[in-house]
Amino acid sequence: MKTCLVVDDSRVIRKVARRILEELGFEVAEASDGAEALAWCRVVMPEAVLVDWQMPVMGGLDFLRRLRLEPGGQTPKVVFCSVENDLDRIREALDGGADEYIMKPFDGEIMAYKLAAAGVAA
Amino acid sequence: MTPGERAFVAWLCEQRAGLAVDADKAYLLESRLAPLARREGFGSVGELLQALRDREEEQLVWSVVEAMAQRDAIFLRDPPVFALLRDQVLPRLARQREGEAIRVWCAAAGSGQEVYSLAMMLADAPIAGARVELFASELAERQLEKAQSGLYTQFEVQRGLPARMLVRHFEKTDEAFTLSARIRQMVRWRRVNLIDDLSRLGQFDVVVCRQVLPAMTPDARSRALAGLTGATASGGCLVLDAGCETPAGYRPLGVAGVFAAEAEARAAA
Repeated sequence: MKTCLVVDDSRVIRKVARRILEELGFEVAEASDGAEALAWCRVVMPEAVLVDWQMPVMGGLDFLRRLRLEPGGQTPKVVFCSVENDLDRIREALDGGADEYIMKPFDGEIMAYKLAAAGVAA
Repeated sequence: MTPGERAFVAWLCEQRAGLAVDADKAYLLESRLAPLARREGFGSVGELLQALRDREEEQLVWSVVEAMAQRDAIFLRDPPVFALLRDQVLPRLARQREGEAIRVWCAAAGSGQEVYSLAMMLADAPIAGARVELFASELAERQLEKAQSGLYTQFEVQRGLPARMLVRHFEKTDEAFTLSARIRQMVRWRRVNLIDDLSRLGQFDVVVCRQVLPAMTPDARSRALAGLTGATASGGCLVLDAGCETPAGYRPLGVAGVFAAEAEARAAA
């Protein structure tokens, strides 16, 4: 079973994302900021990461840059999931190495389309 | 809605568009028609239908049929179909047509997601040596208007559309997303009812018609299919729903629902 790490400082969003991802057939792990997520990835590299942009301690873009420098850090598909819906900002995330981008709010169908577009299926 | 009202709506849909509407599905009918009744200023679906019988206004009749004809719209539905068109079908046609325009028709193009997916794909990866002309048609006036405006909600642009295509081809205006004029101008639109005589539309090298045939009555479906195959040029390609059987004179192309018109078989027919 493939693992998706959900990184968001909102417990509610993590819960919603977990439910959807489990329905899609993923095993789900959670982290509440980029630093925690990075620590998690150093132990077990997940197949996919769903990451918020604005978070305390370490934001999504910082996390992504550091993840890509880790051994094996190129392999996870990283999908941003943020309330930010400005196209220049979305471009910034994609240029920063994100594989896909979800604008909140999202539902199960959107999540499935975006994971497929990122090239990761459960 | 009374059983009589539901039967009346089902009859209208079949008469006007060949749509098979199950009059027993009370919830479906109500959920499609209640928003229409509100929009048109009626107190209930019953009042809307009464006005429709009294006034015999064509526009109102069509708005009811259109409401029942609504389909789920997503970008790049079944990505392998688009990949096949881009990587095999269109390059092959380009070689055969030798510089002549390749005509593609998206029949029942709804609010534009399918034909614009093709347009964006061609803008991102032009077919070498090919000039592709995109035509799109739709029955519903409201859908046609929406499609031509190129305006989509945040929810709509996240259904099937990869983020990189979004940032490349859309602009954000307030909370909506507008498809660039460059992509919109690649497509020519017109209103077409698939149960009408389609021969006046001419011939196309690729004909795409998905999500409509399964919703039709058997009679209307064979009539529409005959129109669509008639509009497909010899040696062309027909794209139907994944579950569709191979039409006579066609052969499957390896992706469900995609068929090649066999030039010899058609010439003999």
